[in-house]
Amino acid sequence: MAEERRQKQCSVSLPTESMKAMAESVGVGQLQEESCAALSEEVSYRIKEIAQPLYGFQSQEFIPFRFASGGGRELHFYEEKEVDLSDIINTPLPRVPLDVSLKAHWLSIDGVQPSIPENPPPAPKEQQKVESTEPLKIVKPGQEDDGTIQGKTQGATAADGKGKEKGLIRLKPRSTHELSVEQQLYYKEITEACVGSCEAKRAEALQSIATDPGLYQMLPRFSTFISEGVRVNVVQNNLALLIYLMRMVKALMDNPTLYLEKYLHELIPAVVTCIVSKQLCLRPDVDNHWALRDFAARLMAQSCKTFSTTTNNIQSRITKTFTKSWLDEKTQWTTRYGCIAGLSELGPDVIKTLILPRLTIEGARIKGVVEGQVVSNIDKIGADHVQSLLLKHCASVIAKIRPQPDLAEQYRTDYGYLGPMLCSHVMKARTQAALQAQQVNRTTLTITQPRPTLTVSQSGFSGSGGPRTPSIIKVPSSLTLMTPRPGTPSQPSPPATKYIVMATSAGAASTQQVITLSSSQSATPVTSTVPSATSTLQPLVKLESGGGPGLTGSRPLQKYIVVSLPSSASSSLETKSSVLPTSISSNPLEAAMKLDRSESPGASTQSPH
Amino acid sequence: MAAVQGGPVDAVEEKDIKTEPSNDGCGSNSTNDGRAASASPGSGAPAAGAKPAAAAPEDQQTLLAVLQFLKKNKLTESVDILRREAGLPEDSLDLKGADSSAAGSGGDLGAADASSLLSRVTASSSAVVQAPTKAAGEDQPDVNVVLSAYSQQGDPKLYPVYYNGLKRFIESVLDCHRAELSQVFYPLFVHMYLELVYNNYESEAKAFFEKFRGDQECYYEDDLRILSSLSKREHMRGNETLLDFRTSKFVLRISRDSYQLLKRHLQERQNNQIWNIIQEHLYIDIFDGMPRSKSQIDAMSGSLAGEAKREANKAKVYYGLLKEPEIELPLDDEDEEAENEEGKPKKKKPKKDSVGSKSKKQDPNAPQQTRIPLPELKDSDKLDKIMYMKEATKRIRLGPENLPSICFYSFLNAYQGLTAVDFTDDSSLIAGGFADSTVRVWSVTPKKLRKVKSAADLNLIDKESDDVLERIMDEKTASELKILYGHSGPVYGISFSPDRNYLLSSSEDGTVRLWSLQTFTCLVGYKGHNYPVWDTHFSPHGYYFVSGGHDRVARLWATDHYQPLRIFSGHLADVTCTRFHPNSNYVATGSSDRTIRLWDVLNGSCVRIFTGHKGPIHALAFSPNGKFLASGATDSRVLLWDIGHGLMIGELKGHTDSIYSLRFSRDGEILASGSMDNTVRLWNATKAFDDLETDDFTAATGHVHLQDNSQELLLGTYMSKSTPVINLHFTRRNLLLAAGSYNP
Repeated sequence: MAEERRQKQCSVSLPTESMKAMAESVGVGQLQEESCAALSEEVSYRIKEIAQPLYGFQSQEFIPFRFASGGGRELHFYEEKEVDLSDIINTPLPRVPLDVSLKAHWLSIDGVQPSIPENPPPAPKEQQKVESTEPLKIVKPGQEDDGTIQGKTQGATAADGKGKEKGLIRLKPRSTHELSVEQQLYYKEITEACVGSCEAKRAEALQSIATDPGLYQMLPRFSTFISEGVRVNVVQNNLALLIYLMRMVKALMDNPTLYLEKYLHELIPAVVTCIVSKQLCLRPDVDNHWALRDFAARLMAQSCKTFSTTTNNIQSRITKTFTKSWLDEKTQWTTRYGCIAGLSELGPDVIKTLILPRLTIEGARIKGVVEGQVVSNIDKIGADHVQSLLLKHCASVIAKIRPQPDLAEQYRTDYGYLGPMLCSHVMKARTQAALQAQQVNRTTLTITQPRPTLTVSQSGFSGSGGPRTPSIIKVPSSLTLMTPRPGTPSQPSPPATKYIVMATSAGAASTQQVITLSSSQSATPVTSTVPSATSTLQPLVKLESGGGPGLTGSRPLQKYIVVSLPSSASSSLETKSSVLPTSISSNPLEAAMKLDRSESPGASTQSPH
Repeated sequence: MAAVQGGPVDAVEEKDIKTEPSNDGCGSNSTNDGRAASASPGSGAPAAGAKPAAAAPEDQQTLLAVLQFLKKNKLTESVDILRREAGLPEDSLDLKGADSSAAGSGGDLGAADASSLLSRVTASSSAVVQAPTKAAGEDQPDVNVVLSAYSQQGDPKLYPVYYNGLKRFIESVLDCHRAELSQVFYPLFVHMYLELVYNNYESEAKAFFEKFRGDQECYYEDDLRILSSLSKREHMRGNETLLDFRTSKFVLRISRDSYQLLKRHLQERQNNQIWNIIQEHLYIDIFDGMPRSKSQIDAMSGSLAGEAKREANKAKVYYGLLKEPEIELPLDDEDEEAENEEGKPKKKKPKKDSVGSKSKKQDPNAPQQTRIPLPELKDSDKLDKIMYMKEATKRIRLGPENLPSICFYSFLNAYQGLTAVDFTDDSSLIAGGFADSTVRVWSVTPKKLRKVKSAADLNLIDKESDDVLERIMDEKTASELKILYGHSGPVYGISFSPDRNYLLSSSEDGTVRLWSLQTFTCLVGYKGHNYPVWDTHFSPHGYYFVSGGHDRVARLWATDHYQPLRIFSGHLADVTCTRFHPNSNYVATGSSDRTIRLWDVLNGSCVRIFTGHKGPIHALAFSPNGKFLASGATDSRVLLWDIGHGLMIGELKGHTDSIYSLRFSRDGEILASGSMDNTVRLWNATKAFDDLETDDFTAATGHVHLQDNSQELLLGTYMSKSTPVINLHFTRRNLLLAAGSYNP
């Protein structure tokens, strides 16, 4: 095979036809066959002489030629799209590339590489996988590489015998993971911060869990911490703590350097508990435990997506569990809600096959509660939630599978009690989809400009991989405790754009205010990105102290400036213009209210969509 | 800066020219030398003087051939002119012809060989007859002459038969000889192929190539690729690789026994074709003693033109360090006071003694202090020396049990445009060369970069005040980063002067620029290389610097001369990296011809040729004691060399990609290597040099047997996050700094 290719390399030369074509293109017609042959040989040689040293023999990269054939001729051509000039003129200029900057970090301290985001993960995921799936393999001699990597990263243990361990065969005890003093301290700090009262600290801790590459040593402990924590707090109905623990699960799952498979047996029960438990809080009528169920359901869906294999069958087992308790007549509304949420997060297919057929029955049950007289308030709230949940998830699916027109009567016959409501939801979903489609079209148009990859480069370095970042910011929005209904976050919005909302008030307190606000947002993007590239990100985040000289008074003016942090520049530039005017107009009173009541002022009310 | 006067330098130059003819050790000063010399009229006497130096034995042969031809055609006038130009005596035609040809083919071939060579000379002269007018008209007349050596040969159909016959023979000999004789395959293959191509046997050439290319060692693959694209006689002209093959004889080292075996075989078979090629194009360096093993041969081979001749590494090299200048005592006292304040008065005494004793002892291997004129120390230099010694007392003693910490400077948002990095010796500044032609200088200490005020502003300041040196600096424009604009092509090499007043940068635009770090402006553009300049490096004593580029030569410059002082010519391909020896008397250059050469700054001669790398060399580092050289190449290996003995003494395997930076720790105990594989590796240099077995035999023959102990010598591997390591630097306290640009 290789031999063949090699041969080809030696003898390949341009066909005489292309010589002819080239000659014609410069006005020389009727070139003789012999001259063509001579020319092609010469040209092939020269091309090899010039191009080969530069580009090598085989291009690994995409070659921008398209192929077309027809009329017995085969053609490779370079596609040049026609571009509307006005499009180019009207599109805003791409951002100026960031300037070169210098950043220092410790690659090694006294011969030991510290586990910091700037350094690559000490134990690559594959190795963790090998460790957990094939435990015997690492004990085998001759795999010095694995041995040294582990030795180096074990901190304290590596410190005593750096040079010697290479030759030795390291028999690693499977069950115990000794942590260095630093790691123990870190573990203590992180767990305390995660369940503590300071939201700023928690944000930092979760950020650390989600990005730090050196955590795999502590993974068993984190996992036990979470599962034990859930067990205890479910009994005590401590909603806040359960939320914190679920956020830890989320952070762990977001960390790209961790291989979680080994600890799913502890994590999944904990998550499922938070979805379907009968009671999660002390005052089920007031507290928003629904948000926790939604959040945990989403986590469950995420872990199904990432970890489900044909051997562990996570998804089917989970589906079975949910369906079973949903089908049970005696199941409480809370659990019922959890089951439906868990199922519907698994995707439209699950909704289609498992939920849609039961809409009529479920509708009847809800009807019984809503229209019946002797039910408790709690049941009523529960039925209410189940209803909106069903409407939310089913509408989009029905919109896709059911042909128009949407007639309320038809829906009633098909879906029973919920039919008419479903009908209006489906119609809404349809218009929204149409809107979105338009938007997608618009954004794809602008993609033709050169895509600045800058944002990726810096966020990548700070340890938070590109696709993960949006989720960090989304977390708080789905966990807003006091807002009556967590409807908005699940609404489809362009996934690429995120918003940081910053508030400033007039007078001396302005800086302080900024800090408190930004820290009150859990896992704020400010803390996540700014430290890594302090100088480079500055222009994005505008702080406007709104206090003119005339405005200083008893009522400090609050100004919101919405800064969009695009993951790709193209979409942001468009949305930005539409966001700015609306967001700035938010009046001081509203702002103050938001400060009081919500953890994340950005998501629910500020979203332009 | 102008501490060295013009006088002594000029004197040295003249001496250089005089000595040059005698050192033809490198054997291939042919075309490049002539070109280089004429391109730089300032380097002493003009081209007329340099020409005889360029005439290596084989060129002399061709000259003689041309003379003979002219004489035959009764062109006496031309004969006279040519003879005068070439500086040959009247009777050289017959007498010297035999002499030089004998010398050219390795001396010990005997009289019979000499006569056969003589006949070859006449043969090649008859070849010139075929295209005499053409030869005269070409701008590179020697190319045709060179190529014509391929002209008259036997039946092309028999070439594969000959080659196969030799192959079978070599396969049948005793194991101990087989490895040695197998060395013949590659050069033979190349020359046979070229002969076929030259004589227009295109299809035969192709068939021959395909049939036997698989037999060649894998490290010749790159050259073979270029060769494979050559399929016509017309292609041969202007192809540099091909010229290299012809102009420089491929050097093989073979033991006498093996050689006799080969000779006997070829004579028995009447295999003149192969014998001719061996005679004409190969230089066989015969040695007495045991034949070498395959691994020994493999360790040394791989370069474009075979191994170095043994004579090439025989010259004496003064690798010792120069005596440190005496440090003024009053300043030392100040130092002591500082120590006192810190409450450690006792520590100072022994250190002073050790420094004193060190400076008094003269290293027997050190060159004369004044062997090359060095700039005198200024007050600021002395202050810096004192700082250096202060820092040195706080230096961490490194070793296998005590590895250095590594601080990594990542260039962010460089978009893969970072091409070169350098640190100042005191680690206060870092400079980067970029593909966008800029040079950027950062201060990595809190002290910002300030430039001198403009002339108008300077007029305003009080010149009598004590702090005038402070006042001339412009505080307003102080910044952490200064950008130097001036080059018109990517900047490939960068080097700070030891006193931190200047910065050198070399670029694709063919110039080397000297920048002032006081005004942050360009002071001089040194033009000489007409092609990209790949690297430049300041002498550790300042004032001199060296540059090397695509034109295959390295040049030695002094900052106050706009033309080079020396041109180091001999590499067969681009000079990719340049380094000064710690004593400033020697310059090491690495090249893409896969050799490293060491040049004497005094007379410009090549004193060492190190072969063994299998790819272009990109990193060089001298050990602090001046005894050893480490080199890194695209073959992802580090090789260690003993300069005094001219021997390879170690091979460090472990990297998985090209090595771009090498640096010894300040005490020479640790060697750090940085590579495109995104790792920094630390090696136990002490052990690598201690384990050396340097008995007389190895020293005499240069046949080292390397043990494969890379794994034992590797002390640590530190992976960066997709950041190739472009530069490494040990601070004065032995903290390792690394730099590279992050490629997301």
